[in-house]
Amino acid sequence: MTLLELEAVSYWYPGAAEPALDDVSLQVQPGELIVVAGASGSGKSTLLRTVSGLVPHFHGGRFAGRAVIGGRDTREHGPGDLAATVGTLFQDPETSVVMGTVKSEVALALENLGYSEAAVARGVQETALALGIGHLLGRSTAELSGGELQRVALAAAMAAKPSLLVLDEPTSQLDPVFGDELMATLRRLNEDRDTAILLAEHRLERCLAWADRVLAVDRGRIVCDAEPRDFLAWAMATAPELATPGARLLGRLGLPPVAGVKAARAELRAAGLHPGDGDPEAAPPRPPAARRDRDGLRFDRVWHELRNGPAILQGVSLRVAPGERVALMGANGAGKSTLLRHAAGLMAPTRGRIEGPGQVRLLLQTPTDYLVHETVSAEASPTALQAAGLDPVSFGPRHPRELSVGEKQLVALAVILDGPEPPAFVCLDEPTRGLDRGRKAELARLIVGLPGAVIVATHDPEFVAEFAERVILLGGGRVIADGATAEVLARGAYFATETARILGGAGGALTPEQGAAVLSAREAATTSLAEVRA
Amino acid sequence: MTYRRRASALHAARAAVGCAYCLALAVSALVLSAPVALGAVGLAVLGAGASAGLTRQLARAGLYAVALGVVVALVNALVTRNGLTVIVRLGDLPILGHTDITLEATVYGAILGLRAALLVLCGALYTLAVDPDEVLKLFRRVSFRSALTATLGTRMVPILVRDSRRLAEAQRCRPGSPPTRVQLMRAATANVLDRALDVAAALEVRGYGSARRPGRHRRPWSRHDLAFLGAACAVAGLSIAGRVAGLAAFHAYPALVVPVDPGQVALAAGLLVCALAPFADRRGVEP
Repeated sequence: MTLLELEAVSYWYPGAAEPALDDVSLQVQPGELIVVAGASGSGKSTLLRTVSGLVPHFHGGRFAGRAVIGGRDTREHGPGDLAATVGTLFQDPETSVVMGTVKSEVALALENLGYSEAAVARGVQETALALGIGHLLGRSTAELSGGELQRVALAAAMAAKPSLLVLDEPTSQLDPVFGDELMATLRRLNEDRDTAILLAEHRLERCLAWADRVLAVDRGRIVCDAEPRDFLAWAMATAPELATPGARLLGRLGLPPVAGVKAARAELRAAGLHPGDGDPEAAPPRPPAARRDRDGLRFDRVWHELRNGPAILQGVSLRVAPGERVALMGANGAGKSTLLRHAAGLMAPTRGRIEGPGQVRLLLQTPTDYLVHETVSAEASPTALQAAGLDPVSFGPRHPRELSVGEKQLVALAVILDGPEPPAFVCLDEPTRGLDRGRKAELARLIVGLPGAVIVATHDPEFVAEFAERVILLGGGRVIADGATAEVLARGAYFATETARILGGAGGALTPEQGAAVLSAREAATTSLAEVRA
Repeated sequence: MTYRRRASALHAARAAVGCAYCLALAVSALVLSAPVALGAVGLAVLGAGASAGLTRQLARAGLYAVALGVVVALVNALVTRNGLTVIVRLGDLPILGHTDITLEATVYGAILGLRAALLVLCGALYTLAVDPDEVLKLFRRVSFRSALTATLGTRMVPILVRDSRRLAEAQRCRPGSPPTRVQLMRAATANVLDRALDVAAALEVRGYGSARRPGRHRRPWSRHDLAFLGAACAVAGLSIAGRVAGLAAFHAYPALVVPVDPGQVALAAGLLVCALAPFADRRGVEP
């Protein structure tokens, strides 16, 4: 039996002239794992909300076509009726979790469905054990970390054992460790429980390897519905911004794209190109030493100790030179945001000191917090908007809250860049949350063009590889690695780009372009050596 | 100040019993007026907090409670004209007129202040030691959606506090002149509405729209349930009996009468023992 069937579904949000979904037809079978790819605003979330019944029951608007989920037509059954069949997980765990304790949160869906007390207790225990959150059951949801909260939200969505799980960018706010853990959990659920999964994700390299199908959505239409390998071939030809770094690496070498690090390595080995084979690996080129002159921003044994709490920063000493582009990486809670807040003067060290010339401007994680005016032109001057890559004429009259996530991020960046003098240091805290690959590349280009030094706290190694010349890795409030980007990211396990993982860090290559260059050079060297020997 | 399950007998008791226990202590604070008896209630509340591992949190709440108590005491001393023993003559004051502060009004104000502080501490003990989700579950059979809405309200408060802190921090990061209060209010309201929409969507996909009345809860009574229920009944019973029997008599006006007799001491000791005895049994208190 088909679990989900959409027939020529079109949907317009209230007051919208253009459809958010345009003649979408789709079938999902039980146990399928489907990744939904597409740029921000392409219609991914609307598609998922249609499947969970929120469209049109919750959002209103105009709906055409037919959506049948688990044998129920969404024109007659709202999200409450579909809750037993469809589990839904949103991007922001803060608003996905509604109860005060973890136990109550997991129990809520079961109670709503009218389960008996014994069935609720059993469902809570089973789900908690399956998702590894048994130890959290007695905890208050207010005291959980982002990763824990997202797992609790997943448990709440899974408690009623739905046949279909719908996830809208569930890892966008998690560090790579928690993100990979969540993905592994989803894979286990898919395999063990035969739960069908519909997963929207920007970082396709995380999930494509174990997907059954990939849907590419563009302007509300499904433009590709294929197996991962075929999807990547389509993306390389039609929508390069959707291709994974691994696929781009293979494409540059003239090899067919495959999904996943393991498959890419196998493809390279089959072509005799993998650096682990044949000649000993060339030593990575020594990256240029970071500039650490005395004019920069200086953290001198900085501590930040919470009263009756942990020490968030533990004697951090580092210097950021003028004009340097630095990425600050580390797990959730490592101290990245705290360090940036100290740099910008929002927090004062409990011990140690911070010194530096010029102004430090900070863009915090939520760009909407900066947007308080009625028009974009009231938020920032035309010069600042231009510096942030926005056209003052077309964006100026628009309301900031009507913009896409990426555009809001750029307006907020314009707000902090505004002023009579350009800032000496610009700090950005997780600026890529919710951004698609194209927007990230734009932001990276923008960062490279900024006049002052830039410090960016981020979890995204692919983004870091695009702009940073130095990476500082924080762990437990301490600097655990500080070096050139290639040096740190090429050898990391979690904090490494897909290209670096495929090549095992060979040549310090981080991007597909660098990887292809390293392998091509290696192949050329091997060929000429063979010719000399011959 | 939020609930967190701790390894204590009070936390191990069911929410209904926890409520009854805190309510009994509050009732004692309301019906008793003799300083010795009220002191015993205060010790009982603080002892319960300490035994439940809530010393620090209760101390923080105590600061507010003491401040409130002092205000109540001062106001009573300033506005009450009763009492024979004048201790300070303030003369003619604006609004208040001729003001003499009497010993009786000051002591009576202190008793009122102590009572107010005790009520605050009882509320804090309830907030810290009784699972709010379990409490609201008690009301779900009466009005499911109202109880869930109340739960959401309590859940949203810390989220909105964090949102407002973030908004304030972002404004500190803005160069140039800060936005006006009206602009900030508008932005904050928009954020709240966004949050509310997200939470409403999350509730919908959890089946809130078609929620059914939950079945009756049958849970075996634990030793802690029984002990704290017994303690609640004993504390409330002793307090009411003491009041009816006149054991906790206290008259401030026209002159102070504060008898301290063996009956009153026995009442105070009884209250203290009854309130704290259930904490002695620590079997099965781990979450």
